Order: sequence, then structure tokens, then C-alpha cells
Amino acid sequence: MLIEVAGLNKVYRTREGEDIHALSDVSFGVGEGEFVTVVGPSGCGKSTLLKILAGTLRRTSGGVHMRGRPIDGPSRDVGVVFQAPVLLPWRTVLENVMLPIEIQKRDREKFALQAQHFLKLVGLEAFSGKYPNELSGGMQQRVGISRALVHDPALLLMDEPFGALDAMTRESMNLELLRIWNESKKTVLLVTHSIPEAVYLADRVIVMSPRPGRISEIIKVDLPRPRPLEIINSEAFGRHVVAIRKHFQSLSALDA
Amino acid sequence: MSRASSEEHELIESGKPRTLAQTLREKPEIPLAVVLFVGLVGGWELAVRLFEIPKIVLPAPSAVALALWNGMQGDFLKHFGITFYETIAGFVLGSATGLVLGALISQFRLLERTLYPYIVAFQTLPKVAIAPIIVIWFGYGVTSKIVITATIAFFPLLANTIVGLRSAPQEQIELMVAFTATRWQVFRLARLPQALPYIFVGLDVAIVLSVIGAIVGEFVGAQAGLGYLILQKNFNMDMAGVFAILIVLSGMGIGLHLLVNAIQRRVVFWMDGSSDRVMGA
Ligand SMILES: Nc1ncnc2c1ncn2[C@@H]1O[C@H](COP(=O)(O)OP(=O)(O)O)[C@@H](O)[C@H]1O
Ligand SMILES: [Mg+2]
Repeated sequence: MLIEVAGLNKVYRTREGEDIHALSDVSFGVGEGEFVTVVGPSGCGKSTLLKILAGTLRRTSGGVHMRGRPIDGPSRDVGVVFQAPVLLPWRTVLENVMLPIEIQKRDREKFALQAQHFLKLVGLEAFSGKYPNELSGGMQQRVGISRALVHDPALLLMDEPFGALDAMTRESMNLELLRIWNESKKTVLLVTHSIPEAVYLADRVIVMSPRPGRISEIIKVDLPRPRPLEIINSEAFGRHVVAIRKHFQSLSALDA
Repeated sequence: MSRASSEEHELIESGKPRTLAQTLREKPEIPLAVVLFVGLVGGWELAVRLFEIPKIVLPAPSAVALALWNGMQGDFLKHFGITFYETIAGFVLGSATGLVLGALISQFRLLERTLYPYIVAFQTLPKVAIAPIIVIWFGYGVTSKIVITATIAFFPLLANTIVGLRSAPQEQIELMVAFTATRWQVFRLARLPQALPYIFVGLDVAIVLSVIGAIVGEFVGAQAGLGYLILQKNFNMDMAGVFAILIVLSGMGIGLHLLVNAIQRRVVFWMDGSSDRVMGA
């Protein structure tokens, strides 16, 4: 197992002194090279979970390990992508992708090639000298993905990376992400509130429910790979979607 | 419909040299401004001559122009140099102090809580009112003018630096931290560049205020400078001379403002011209 989460709890204390139980007794594992998605309605603690794994948020109790070592802070072996691409507008596309290399003081020359490689992988090699405001939202997010991969991390954490994109762009980004995952052999943990997206991408889907955030079920997705987009119309795909949706019958916060 | 066709029109025309008629059609404010200027100055000249207004009350534009010409041949340049030096030196001193203090305050809450009451108290003091004290402390030479100017240039930089350094989006910071950035790296790579548009607004406000600061200092007590010269000419009832110096002064202010703007456009190249940053004064 690359990641092991056991009995994880997170309690936020608000300014008013009120306690918010964001995560309650969350346990799961993620194997090397696995693609795991986390799905659940807004407010069920998905981002909280991801931040704890990224080492930017302290847990209240429980164990979180990566390759057997407790996660107590940000790691050089993790890449993150948020919903907003948050590129630095004064840096070119290439300079943005190189940000982790600069921060981690790695060999720039060597990783510049790596950066070019990932830009090519997301189809942006012609844009490496452009500035972010010259790019569309989908292109910016692809730059963000290249940035998360450039330092060759073992784990890629993605928090609703395509949540701000339109449906068409989103589909093609999903396809592209699977291609990148297939080529780069990374382990991916991706948060989404779209059930079809969760199923389409994942080896396993972690289904979460809110208040307090806990895991309702972990569903194995036994759809063959590679998965063409048409697979979402198949009966097997539909079965997975139904199995997940039954957890949210009373909730309308999720996409169909 | 008409919008689309006019855009097309522009596309076809772009690249070709523009005729005068075209420029006039696209920028009607240029001929309007010229007409307004000529009308105002002409009307002023006419009014002064027609109603025989005494020249110690209001000099005619022609008299002002003549005074300006004579002044340029005479001692304007020397006094200009002194006021310019006071303005720039005070501006640099004040804005550098504001910048550094702003950076420290934005990063250390404790410092903010301890220092801010004093800074607010200082800022609410009218600088004109403390100028005489500063002249007593620093003498009648340029030093006191530089200090007065610095006290005025200080606050716009302080305020804009603090706001600017806190303007980086939370997600941006979190992302950098997730990539193992140190606090200093977050400051250098994200917060500081993010603050630059704000800092330039502060610089723009400060440079214009600095000219005022230098003149205020010279009014309180000086032996040279354009402010000193204004007082002298006022005393001698040379109104045309006073007006001529005012023209020089506003030229200096406009020039410095344009210079700051030109530097801003180069440094903050990723922002388009329109700025909606906070003002600091
Ligand atoms: N910094 C915080 N302080 C207090 N409560 C928080 C904070 N961050 C998140 N929460 C609360 O924790 C719960 C889970 O939030 P989050 O992890 O962002 O959910 P999700 O990403 O699934 O929408 C929500 O109820 C949210 O209001
Ligand atoms: Mg979230």
C-alpha cells in the first residue's frame, strides 16, 4: 500500500468555539499505481481528507501513512491539483510548470525536459512561452496537471480538478487524465462530486456521506481499461452509478 | 449586428497608416481637448484685456508665458533642481520605509497589533502642522524638506503594501505549501509579485504627494526651491511669475506620475491598464 489511512478523525474548531466533525473514523488504503476517486456531497470532508494527505492540514487523531511513514507535513513526493488552476500570472506556462522544481531546488535543466514532456502530454507544448491569461480554463487546468507531475511524485492528489469546466471539456479532460495516468504510472486520489466521473476514472470509488464525514462504502469498479468515453452508456457502468447513487437518495447535492 | 460589422471594419483597416480624418473620427477627444484649451486660454486673455483686470490679481496668459520664458533663462532651473531633489529623495526615503514596514507588518501579526495604533495616530496628524517642527529640528536646508516629504510619501506605500501582500489567493498559498515551499519562498514567489500592482498604486499616489510635501516644506522655511520662489514672487506681487512656477510644478508632477505609470506597465506587465487597487491617502 502506498497510502494507509486508519481511524482518521478531523474536528475543526470554529471561532465561536463550536466543533465541526469533518471526518469521522475514516479508514482506507491506496495501492501503488491505483486510481481511487472520492465522491460525496459538498461538505462531507473530501477536501479536508485531501489536505491531510497533502500534509497541509493537521489531523485530529488517527493514522495517515505514506509508504509506512506518517504524513506530518508536505512531501516532495506528492503533486496536488485544485479546482482552480491557480497559476502565477507573471510566469509563462513553462515557468509555472517548473514551480515545484524551483521550490524544491531540484536540477532545473534536467526537469525542464520533464516539464516539456508533460506539456506535450497535455497537448500544450506550443504554449510553453505563453502567459496564463492567454489560455482557456481547460488549458490552464492542464498546465496545473503538468505542474503537479513535473517533479515525478509518487502520489497525485486532485481536488475536483475539473469542477469548474464545462461538460464537454470535462469529458475530454477525463479521457486525457486516464491517458496520462496510464503513461506515467502514478497513484492518483481524485475528489469529485460527479458520480459518473468517479466511476469512469476509478479502480475503486470511496463513497462518503456528510455530518460527520465518513465512508459509506468503497466500490470496486470492474470496467475494462482502456475505457472509451462511450463506456458511460454501457449497462455495467450504469450499475455502478446506481450502486453509488443509492447512498444519496435523500440528497440532491450530487450531479446525476 | 452593427457592432460586429464595425469590428470587421477595424480589422480590415488595422495595419494601414491612418489618415488625419480617421484619427479624428476614432479619437474625438483630441480635437475637443485642443478646442477647449484654446478657448480657455483665449477667453482668459480676452477677459483680462477687456475688463482691464490688474495684473497683480490675474495675469494674462501672455504675461505668464513671458514670465515662464524669462524664468527658464534665469533662476527657475536652479530652484527646480532643488525642489526636484527634495521630492525624489523624500519620495525614496518615505516609500522605502513604508514598503519595508508594510512588509514586516503584513507578515507578523504581533508587529501589526503593536505598531498600528502609532501609525494611525501619525497618519491622522496633518503633516502641514508638524512641518514647522521638522524645520526646527532639521534646519532650513534641504534635509527638513526631504523629511517632510518622506512623512507624506510613507503612508500610501505602507497601506498598499500591507493589502497587496495579503492579496494572494488562499489556494495559491496552499498549493505552494503543498509543494513544500518555505514561508520565505511563498513570500518571494507568490505574495510579493501579487503585491506589485498595489505597490505601484501606492508609488503613484506617493510621488504626486511628494511634490506637495517638498513645496509645503519650502513654504514653512527655506532659502531655495520653487516653493520658496513662489513666496518671493508673491511678496513682490509678481503674479505672472507665480503662475509660471505653478506651470513648472504641475509639469513636474505630471512627468513623475507618467514615469511611475510607465515603469508600472513594464513591471506589472500581466495586468491590464485599468487598476482598481486601494488608494492609500
Ligand atoms: N477551516 C475550517 N474551519 C471550520 N470548518 C471547516 C473548515 N474547513 C472545512 N470546514 C467544514 O468541514 C466540513 C467539510 O469541509 P470540506 O472538507 O471542505 O468538504 P468538501 O470538500 O467535501 O465539500 C464542512 O462542514 C465545512 O464547513
Ligand atoms: Mg471541497
